[in-house]
Amino acid sequence: MKMSRYILIGMLLGFTLYKSEAVSWFRIYEMFHFQNFHMFGIIGSAVVVGILLVQMIKMMELKTVEGNKIVIRDKNKTIPRYLIGGFIFGLGWALAGACPAPMFILLGAGYTVFVVYLLAAMTGTFVYGMLRKHIPH
Amino acid sequence: MVPEFLLHLKEIISEPWPWYVAGPLLAILMFLLLYLGHEFGISENFRIMCAADGAGEINEFFKFDWVSGGWNLMVALGAVFGGYLAAHYFVPDAGNIAHVSQATVASLNQMGFNVEDGKVPLVPYFYDWQYLFTWRGLLIIAGGGFLVGFGARYAGGCTSGHAISGLSALQLPSLIAVVGFFMGGLVMTWLIFPLIFPWIH
Repeated sequence: MKMSRYILIGMLLGFTLYKSEAVSWFRIYEMFHFQNFHMFGIIGSAVVVGILLVQMIKMMELKTVEGNKIVIRDKNKTIPRYLIGGFIFGLGWALAGACPAPMFILLGAGYTVFVVYLLAAMTGTFVYGMLRKHIPH
Repeated sequence: MVPEFLLHLKEIISEPWPWYVAGPLLAILMFLLLYLGHEFGISENFRIMCAADGAGEINEFFKFDWVSGGWNLMVALGAVFGGYLAAHYFVPDAGNIAHVSQATVASLNQMGFNVEDGKVPLVPYFYDWQYLFTWRGLLIIAGGGFLVGFGARYAGGCTSGHAISGLSALQLPSLIAVVGFFMGGLVMTWLIFPLIFPWIH
């Protein structure tokens, strides 16, 4: 597997979210107060360009680098898991001020306390794995 | 000698990036991953790390070939490197500042943050080991991390997987997840913060 290309993509992701201040706890706070367009602009323009790119993939039937058809799997059509899981995720996003990508970026920026966030997030994922069969999806 | 234009380029990159640069770049990153045969989704790494740590012996949710997720771990590792470079070598003249609105500065001061317009740091003071051992710090870092890790897997994705990849592919479930993200974020910001910030130290 050619790993360096993924490291480069990750680095550009880190740069983009750091320089656009999306890694900032204060920017997330501002977004949930609807006091600035900035974060909505980032997510909104990402989605608009993303929709265009995905439509382009479909219309031109683009292939992956390995020559396979690009497939985007449809997500299961249900409501509870997305709404409840999303709600819990949103609580944590606003509280920590960082979703998973910014967590890795801030760790690299030198805020080593995010090792604790990473371990807590792995614990959360593990607990979900254990409870998965007992909670509504 | 470093050519003049490269120094200029570094200065330009060091300045804060506007939303209309960052957003389209995120979409392009998603597209590059699709071209390489993968779907953009950072929180999946928590599951991959659990699996790599041997959680598959305890629970079948973690029983899969985690090496096949190696590409995603490399994206996360790259994000660590990118954060390091951006924070240390591409610092704007004014320092690493969050250019939040005046309204936000006013709200933050009401919450007891004591910040000045144009001088709000990029990260808050409690991103520090010394605050981890306070109730507020522990709740934010460990509590926040737990909720993110639990909620992201429950919802089947995080901001990258649902808000960017999912919405770009016009997936209705992702829209429901994003509505959930915002409901949770609003409850935390408006209902729970007023309880946490004045009373817990």
